[in-house]
Amino acid sequence: MSLLARPHYPDYSTAPVQHQFYPYADNGGSVVAIAGDDFVVIGADTRLSAGFSIYTRNQNKLFPLAKTTVLGCSGCWCDTLTLTRILKSRMQMYAQEHNKTMSTTACAQMLSTMLYYKRFFPYSISNVLVGLDNEATTLSGTAKRRFTKLGGSAGALLQPLLDNQIGQKNMEIVSKEPLSQEKALKILKDVFISAAERDIYTGDSVFINIITKDGIQEDKFELRKD
Amino acid sequence: MSSIGTGYDLSASQFSPDGRVFQVEYAMKAVENSGTVIGLKGTDGIVLAAEKLILSKLHETGTNKRIFNIDKHIGMAFSGLIADARQIVEIARKEASNYRLQYGVNIPLKYLNDRVSMYMHAYTLYSAVRPYGCSVILASYEENEPVMYLIDPSGVSYGYHGCATGKAKQSAKTEIEKLKLGNLSCKELVKEAAKIIYLVHDELKDKNFELELSWVCKESNGYHVKVPDSVFAEAEKAAKQAMEADSESDTDDM
Amino acid sequence: MFDITAPAPPLWSNGPSPGAFYNFPSLQSAPSDFVTHSQAPVTTATSIVAVAYNNGVIIAGDLLGSYGSLARYRNCPRILKVNDNIILGAGGDYGDFQYIKDFVQEKIVSEECLDDGVKLKPKSLYCWLTRIMYQRRSKFDPFWNNLVVGGIQDGNVFLGTVDKLGTAYTDKIICTGYGAHIATPMLRDALDRNPNPSQAEARRLVEKSMEVLFYRDARSYSKYLIGVIDKDEGIKIEGPVEVPTNWEIANFK
Repeated sequence: MSLLARPHYPDYSTAPVQHQFYPYADNGGSVVAIAGDDFVVIGADTRLSAGFSIYTRNQNKLFPLAKTTVLGCSGCWCDTLTLTRILKSRMQMYAQEHNKTMSTTACAQMLSTMLYYKRFFPYSISNVLVGLDNEATTLSGTAKRRFTKLGGSAGALLQPLLDNQIGQKNMEIVSKEPLSQEKALKILKDVFISAAERDIYTGDSVFINIITKDGIQEDKFELRKD
Repeated sequence: MSSIGTGYDLSASQFSPDGRVFQVEYAMKAVENSGTVIGLKGTDGIVLAAEKLILSKLHETGTNKRIFNIDKHIGMAFSGLIADARQIVEIARKEASNYRLQYGVNIPLKYLNDRVSMYMHAYTLYSAVRPYGCSVILASYEENEPVMYLIDPSGVSYGYHGCATGKAKQSAKTEIEKLKLGNLSCKELVKEAAKIIYLVHDELKDKNFELELSWVCKESNGYHVKVPDSVFAEAEKAAKQAMEADSESDTDDM
Repeated sequence: MFDITAPAPPLWSNGPSPGAFYNFPSLQSAPSDFVTHSQAPVTTATSIVAVAYNNGVIIAGDLLGSYGSLARYRNCPRILKVNDNIILGAGGDYGDFQYIKDFVQEKIVSEECLDDGVKLKPKSLYCWLTRIMYQRRSKFDPFWNNLVVGGIQDGNVFLGTVDKLGTAYTDKIICTGYGAHIATPMLRDALDRNPNPSQAEARRLVEKSMEVLFYRDARSYSKYLIGVIDKDEGIKIEGPVEVPTNWEIANFK
């Protein structure tokens, strides 16, 4: 026997054991938001799923944070529940300390900070934060201000459609008319219908919030349920 | 208290030359300043009764209770400082909860008494703390056996058939001794307890009081609960009648 | 014969100093300050089937405690009355469930001690359990369970569930484990036809689900508990109920 061979004593091993537990789940969902000059529409499908299972067909994924601010979430649902609950209490703390509700831009900044705080054990969520800013309207992605935003399982599928229809990319005849609320809603619904065709994590129905200076108006729209 | 002010009463960690710990004795004085509390053991359970003195008419009725639940099957009544007693209640609840989590059965009162009295005793040993200014009565009815203990601020505890603490503990004890504790059921004892509290209440010094009655017995399925409203009303009525009969016979004597 | 110029070999080399333990040389630098957690369930319970009907909730779960594929324990109740308005059901690791059960019940006792008439409500328990499950998953030490909370709150029927990650949702039908794949589609179909079942109809649905699950789920058992919470009738847990089986169709005799 070679003198170099070391005996192996499993009971004395102090080597780390690998974890196989995975703390995230992909619960799917898509969020689409479109901004006009004085309004924002945001929609999220109501299907909550994991793999080939549909947990529920009726899950609201839009979270009104203030009178004209709404957050749409898709991704890991347990993270969403936690994040939105902390957000709600932060909104309340802000309101009670400052005697006013937080502006949409402040919400966006706070959300960004809260997400970065978990940089090394991140919330696995696509967030779309929308609302009106002080002048008229804006739509905020998590960090950058944009006019269309899409997050979630059908994100890659639908962004080009939005770019074309709202951003008028690759259009021969570019319309100078400002986007109307009706048209934005129509496009939003079409976008979801397209998503439900191809993405199994998007379907059942869409829950829509229309945000104007008067507040938030709710709407619902059925999708295919297979 | 002949030795007051002789310099040995500033710390709970120091004896006086004649072997006393004054801080503990002062704590007992705090207990004697508060309303009377009694516990009576019957054939089928225990009755606790408290004379809650009302210091201000502005207080809501039912606040600052003197009888607490420790666990489903254990009750605690106290006399002394309410803030101190609440802390004892907290630790007793934790001990009871912890015992069940560990052993999966309700804590026998013997063990709860041990733990609570050890805890109170610990506060008679160090100069940095003061003893608890309250005496507590622990009561339970476990496996058809009523059990009751009284713990002093010194940490000393005894099991009792009937006990009293607070302002009028002497006269209350005298009254309790007149009862045939071994023969009476809780139903009967509730009335006796109410009578005793009414009897020992000093109308001249303390104007108002609220009667509190609880039991842990066969009737309550071994749970410690406030006595039902009907039983309470009956007991209070009996106590008031007894008081009137008493005062009438007094005038007859004259 | 002996080469006396060479030094004698050491009598005790590489050994521990007197009174100390032996240190294996190759393991000196291995880290020792990490925590290991359970990473897989041990004794497990299978599906929970729950249906909310017009006047309450019905929850069922069988009595089997499996040890891998071994049907190890045959009396593991996991439908629990929490208080007068909550029923809790659980699947997954049975040990974790017993631990959860202990601290939930302790919570109930400590609330009863206060004697203020305030009772834990289903939504509060559901939310609390969600936080607990999420905290444990965030510590990489999850409770390996699917919990189902049913109850009545302010005159409304409540039915919700939480899994080991803290994923939580409410619905009229909730099935966990194998039931999610086998019973949910059946129940959804039944509820599409009859959106407001009575207690008796809902019960028949649950019983049918338990029967199908017993035929199809290899980790299931014929005896189960069924818990009903009703606005008018209050709460009751019945059982063990036996699945009526018919193996005539099988070809094994």
